[in-house]
Amino acid sequence: MTDIQSLRNDFPILNKQLDGQPLCYLDSAATAQKPNKVIDVIKTFYQDENSNVHRGLHTLSENATVRYESARETIANFLNVETREIVWTSGATESLNLVAHGLSASLNSDSVIAISPFEHHANIVPWQEACQRTGATLLVLPMLDGVLDEQGAIAMLKQHKPDVLAMGHVSNALGNIHPIESLISVCKALGTITVIDGAQSLLHLRPDLKALECDFYVFSAHKALGPTGVGGLYGKYQQLNALPVYKTGGEMIKEVSFERSSYREAPSKFEPGTPNISGVIGFAAAIDYVNEIDPSALQRYEQALYHSLLAKLRQIEGITVYGDTQNNVGVVSFNYKNEHHYDLATLLNTYGVAVRSGHHCTQPLMKMLKVNGTVRASLAFYNNQDDIEHFINALSATIELLD
Amino acid sequence: MNIEHITKKLSESHGWQAKYREIMLLGKQLPTLPDALKVDSAIVSGCDSKVWLYLDLDESAQQLVLIADSDTRIVKGLLAIIIAAYAGKTPEQASQFNAYELFESLGLIAHLSPSRGNGIRAIVEQIQVQAEILK
Ligand SMILES: Cc1ncc(COP(=O)(O)O)c(C=O)c1O
Repeated sequence: MTDIQSLRNDFPILNKQLDGQPLCYLDSAATAQKPNKVIDVIKTFYQDENSNVHRGLHTLSENATVRYESARETIANFLNVETREIVWTSGATESLNLVAHGLSASLNSDSVIAISPFEHHANIVPWQEACQRTGATLLVLPMLDGVLDEQGAIAMLKQHKPDVLAMGHVSNALGNIHPIESLISVCKALGTITVIDGAQSLLHLRPDLKALECDFYVFSAHKALGPTGVGGLYGKYQQLNALPVYKTGGEMIKEVSFERSSYREAPSKFEPGTPNISGVIGFAAAIDYVNEIDPSALQRYEQALYHSLLAKLRQIEGITVYGDTQNNVGVVSFNYKNEHHYDLATLLNTYGVAVRSGHHCTQPLMKMLKVNGTVRASLAFYNNQDDIEHFINALSATIELLD
Repeated sequence: MNIEHITKKLSESHGWQAKYREIMLLGKQLPTLPDALKVDSAIVSGCDSKVWLYLDLDESAQQLVLIADSDTRIVKGLLAIIIAAYAGKTPEQASQFNAYELFESLGLIAHLSPSRGNGIRAIVEQIQVQAEILK
């Protein structure tokens, strides 16, 4: 069995001192830290292997192409889907834009797109744009006390029979794990296309997309121990291949003349230009790393940390915690009395504590929760009980300074 | 509040917590803006924290008059420093004043960095622009 605690040593940044304070990194929902394995692979690539892909007979180019394509296989295996169903993109944001753009070709003014109230702006704005282009209507599923109202959502889906349901697997602002299994099965019966934003779930939940049966799933490498600027889109092959191209250029074409061009099949037709080769290879290294960790041990460890943090936080009078604390990947989103989240986060930073404050790119959600923002502490398996002590002590000192 | 007093207080406080305590105390001394004046047209578009700023010229004395408020304690304290630095200056003096040097000398230059998103940089820029116009 993997000793989860010892994995922390694989993350060099966690030994850092900031202004003489040890770093207490509780901002993994913004971006996860990188293990040595990922850092080394990227360094080695530029040092010994750098070359462009798909366009050279020389050894380096051939090797790079093999690595690039086998990375696709790595992530496909991880998600339990076919290799040709994975498109490399610059991240979840680009993937969502690609799908929203592609699906809007078959939407019209009678169409309905459903989203949840928890969505990141990246999963709202592309759909709003699609609505503006096509005249479709945006429908927002209901929530109760910071938790998705599952029964209400199902009833709403059945009533409006949307063309598309786009929603996050896990809320970035609150950490809620949404009941997407039941919503997807309702959508399947209704013929609703499901687009799942997996930015926050890939690392913590390791979803099996074959079992999940969603039509599309998007993700960012950097939230799952990989490098920034790379991510992907999964789509069931028929549906993926049916989407119109999003960006155009070299690499994606079969034939080009000055009159017209023909495109290759998916995934190539969505990957014009030189891709983020080192990013893709680094991402595969991150997935290899995660594959070596027993998923249930990892989840047990993260849940134990989360509940310890939650219990300690709730002992502080005046703290309000938002969201679903029963089904959560390990995010506490909170406020203290009427204090501004900006002041709290600025003071916590003086103790070496890295948390996020603000609206977390979910302004509509914040409005529904009737707050202008929260402080968000988000955990990953490389955190430990010392981080929690460090955070609680810093928070107590911060509160003393404010009271 | 005068800027010499503030500079002295801040240079005597060691460590970030002590500095922020001093800054928040400065903010407490700044009058609260009545809600009627907390209007969107007075908001300096910053980011996470809200800042309202009014700047005018006292015609007879030819001096700038500044009123500002924020919904966060720390930014309000930083506003107190800015107001102390600019208040009473003529538009001419204000447009020549280097707020970056002041914040550098107070050890607070990080608060003027574009990534802070607290609007302090935007406030200083807005004061400079308006001072130019009033000259
Ligand atoms: C739920 C969710 N969706 C989408 C995104 C966008 O990801 P990226 O900025 O990597 O494209 C994020 C990142 O914050 C997120 O948390």
